[in-house]
Amino acid sequence: MSLLRQHLLTRHSVLPGFGLALGYTLLYLGLIVLIPLSATFFRTATMGWPAFWDAVTTPRVLASLRLTFGASLIAASINAVFGLLVAWVLVRYSFIGKRLVDAFVDLPFALPTAVAGIALTALYAGNGFIGSRLEPYGIKVAFTPLGITVALTFIGLPFVVRTVQPVLEDLEVELEEAAACLGANRLQTFQRVILPAIAPALLTGFTLALARAIGEYGSVVFIAGNMPMISEIAPLLIITKLEQYDYAGATAIAVVMLVISFALLLAINILQWWSSRRTRKAV
Amino acid sequence: MSIEVSKISKQFGSFKALDDVSLVFPSGELVALLGPSGCGKTTLLRIIAGLEKADSGKILFNGEDASTRHARERQVGFVFQHYALFRHLSVFENIAFGLRVRPRATRPGEVEIRRKVHELLDLVQLDWLADHYPAQLSGGQRQRIALARALAVEPQVLLLDEPFGALDAKVRKDLRRWLRRLHDELHITSIFVTHDQEEALEVADSVVLMNRGQVEQIGAPHEVYDHPASPFVYGFLGSVNLFHGRVQGDHLQVDEHVLALDQHTLSFDTQAVAYARPHEVDVVRPGPGITGIPVVIRRILAFGAAVRLELEREGAEGSENAAAPIEAEIGRERLRELALVEGDQILIQPRGARVFPVNLADNDRAGLVKEAV
Amino acid sequence: MTAAVALHIASPTRSASTDEPVVVRWLLIALALSFLTLFLFVPLATVFYEALRKGVGVYFNALQEEDALSAIRLTLIAAAISVPANLVFGVAAAWAIAKFEFRGKSLLITLIDLPFAVSPVISGLIYVLLFGAQGWFGPWLQAHDIRIIFAVPGIVLATTFVTFPFVARELIPLMQAQGSDDEEAAVILGASGWQTLWRVTLPNVKWGLLYGVILCNARAMGEFGAVSVVSGHIRGMTNTMPLHVEILYNEYNFAAAFAVASVLALLALVTLAAKTFVEWHFGHENRTNIQEQET
Repeated sequence: MSLLRQHLLTRHSVLPGFGLALGYTLLYLGLIVLIPLSATFFRTATMGWPAFWDAVTTPRVLASLRLTFGASLIAASINAVFGLLVAWVLVRYSFIGKRLVDAFVDLPFALPTAVAGIALTALYAGNGFIGSRLEPYGIKVAFTPLGITVALTFIGLPFVVRTVQPVLEDLEVELEEAAACLGANRLQTFQRVILPAIAPALLTGFTLALARAIGEYGSVVFIAGNMPMISEIAPLLIITKLEQYDYAGATAIAVVMLVISFALLLAINILQWWSSRRTRKAV
Repeated sequence: MSIEVSKISKQFGSFKALDDVSLVFPSGELVALLGPSGCGKTTLLRIIAGLEKADSGKILFNGEDASTRHARERQVGFVFQHYALFRHLSVFENIAFGLRVRPRATRPGEVEIRRKVHELLDLVQLDWLADHYPAQLSGGQRQRIALARALAVEPQVLLLDEPFGALDAKVRKDLRRWLRRLHDELHITSIFVTHDQEEALEVADSVVLMNRGQVEQIGAPHEVYDHPASPFVYGFLGSVNLFHGRVQGDHLQVDEHVLALDQHTLSFDTQAVAYARPHEVDVVRPGPGITGIPVVIRRILAFGAAVRLELEREGAEGSENAAAPIEAEIGRERLRELALVEGDQILIQPRGARVFPVNLADNDRAGLVKEAV
Repeated sequence: MTAAVALHIASPTRSASTDEPVVVRWLLIALALSFLTLFLFVPLATVFYEALRKGVGVYFNALQEEDALSAIRLTLIAAAISVPANLVFGVAAAWAIAKFEFRGKSLLITLIDLPFAVSPVISGLIYVLLFGAQGWFGPWLQAHDIRIIFAVPGIVLATTFVTFPFVARELIPLMQAQGSDDEEAAVILGASGWQTLWRVTLPNVKWGLLYGVILCNARAMGEFGAVSVVSGHIRGMTNTMPLHVEILYNEYNFAAAFAVASVLALLALVTLAAKTFVEWHFGHENRTNIQEQET
């Protein structure tokens, strides 16, 4: 314990418990997260590169990855636009029921995904409340990629709102006033002053929503229809392969998804580091 | 351009920020709006800029009603206390902002923008910072860039809200002088808000003293300092000693002592308060035939050009004068001459004290205690 | 200072020069609310509508059924183990990270967030790879007749994994912002480490802690993907509530599926209410702190 203190601490502290706290943290992190996660990579390593490559480039896997990323990108983009709008309305305007609406934005975080999944399916199915109204126009939502996008939009909704909202709240009014005094109209002020200021937060929210959408399973399986090559998402394919005892195939897809998720996580971290560095000194 | 403020009132909830204020700012002058925080000076500045809407009253630019004009149409240069520079834009782009957002018809070309921005950067002597970002500048540099940005739109009026408030003492002094020189060069009608009396008196052509949403006095710096029009102005511009008593012709009866007064119009036996600045208070050793108010020396602060004496009233128990400390300022020569030491009992003789009726004085003293920092 | 505060409180509306025209304002509000109605309120209402459509009798029957009750029991067990485990971890991690400066700190913070970046399905898969029949420890476990996958321990593990960061990520920034002054004062006054933790640190972060626990619990009870992989879907044995919803739904027993789903939706509503309440308290406390600092 004092070993940890000696080797890791970069600044002396009078407070006790560093060794115990950090030791326990590392042990728990290792047992619950790191060792199990590394199992996927070890399992793939024993497969050999050609087998891995074959496993992840079958048409069915490629189609599922394409669908997962395509639908996630679209959903995250929808959330970027509407999340910004919702954040703006919640921060800037006052209307009846605003606090209630504000609280409900987090519903997708709180509502179990399976519940969201069956609710959306019931709504958008051909005989559902919304589905039956869209059907006459030839629009099918449930059991199509469109349905997947709807579900992913639902579960990604809070991310952009909650990352943009605090930044918008902290934005100095003076910046907008300065722009007004310099002759800018509201649209110019938004484009040239407000948007650049909230861009890092917006991008962070977008990336978080994207990362969540890529891994999402529960809310999608019910509405997706799960037809191979058409509406089968990558996480579902992992489960399918597991049920067929194709552990290697399942793990290979999992590794591809993990690598992509970690890349996104890294991107978020770099983004936040970069934006905090840029604005830290400014008063 | 001249600016006229006519019967402006503004209320925030139950707080009266401006109460029927009328003022004229002559063309080409540099005017200071001076007062404690909450006196309404910043609100007035923001109303002139169009950043805030008055509840009633008018703003006239060159005699023309500008009250309904939007901030972006008023051609006003506004400099914010915390600079409000756009962090994501370089210094160059910050200054160019006002030119780039003009409607296409009046927007200058890239070459013209370049020329103009560099001209302004030269003016504020920071041309070498063009490619830097606001986060890389010092406070003083940021404020100069903010000023250059405001000037880029060729404003008819320049409004500065506590322009040096966020800077440290030394930079503040340099920038004050620099602002004065800049104004002498450009002669744009300028109004700046400050709560620092020294700043206002040093920089401005004239000073508008405000308190509780109203104008207390307007005048050149020496006028307002030498002839304060109200107890508030007296107290706000420098330190002052108060003596409570009754007016008896040309003197004030302070407990059982008398205090000579400046000219006044108060009637006999009025309850009043006399005001005297520390340097207007003479001290003498008690002796036969010598009159004055008896005090004890608590502390002698003998550094600097003048010596300050912290005094306490003697034998005034039960009088409202008992608690009030008194400060006197005398020359070093005089200190040596009288051979004063702490604990000595002496007499003070305020010269040319000005007297105000007690109700007026009490009113504003309450304000002062709360707000003067 | 006092007047400046008064000014701020007295003018909640923004100044005239930075407001949009009324028409634009209402248009934006209408658009935002329509979006939220379509994507939040209508789906939520659907859950209750579908649950009660066949009548109250059907609704309560579905909830009193043996399998439903055992699913509720298992969900509570999983949450009762994983939430306290992650709470203890969160406090330990936050203590180490917020109160000390050490090498590799930012890497550690990133690693703690890792489970959020992992698909729930993969969160289940990793335990199958470790403890499943074909997994690393599979043969050994089988030899000793210990079941983890397709049994309760697997469900608890998977739940713990997906809820791993919740408490820690609430506490770390909060304790970092509060600094170590209070703790150092306590130590100088003679308090031991545990006393400092119990009497100084934890009371200071109680709202943040509660906030993390609420979110952690909601996710623990609602997790579907990860649990689905390790559960084996044995009715009455390894079914949690969300899994039970799936089974009923796939059997076309929609009314019962939505009945169980409605309980989970109620839980979500309680979570939102508790969260809002904590935020309100939390914000209130922060505001008074700031005011104290300013005056």
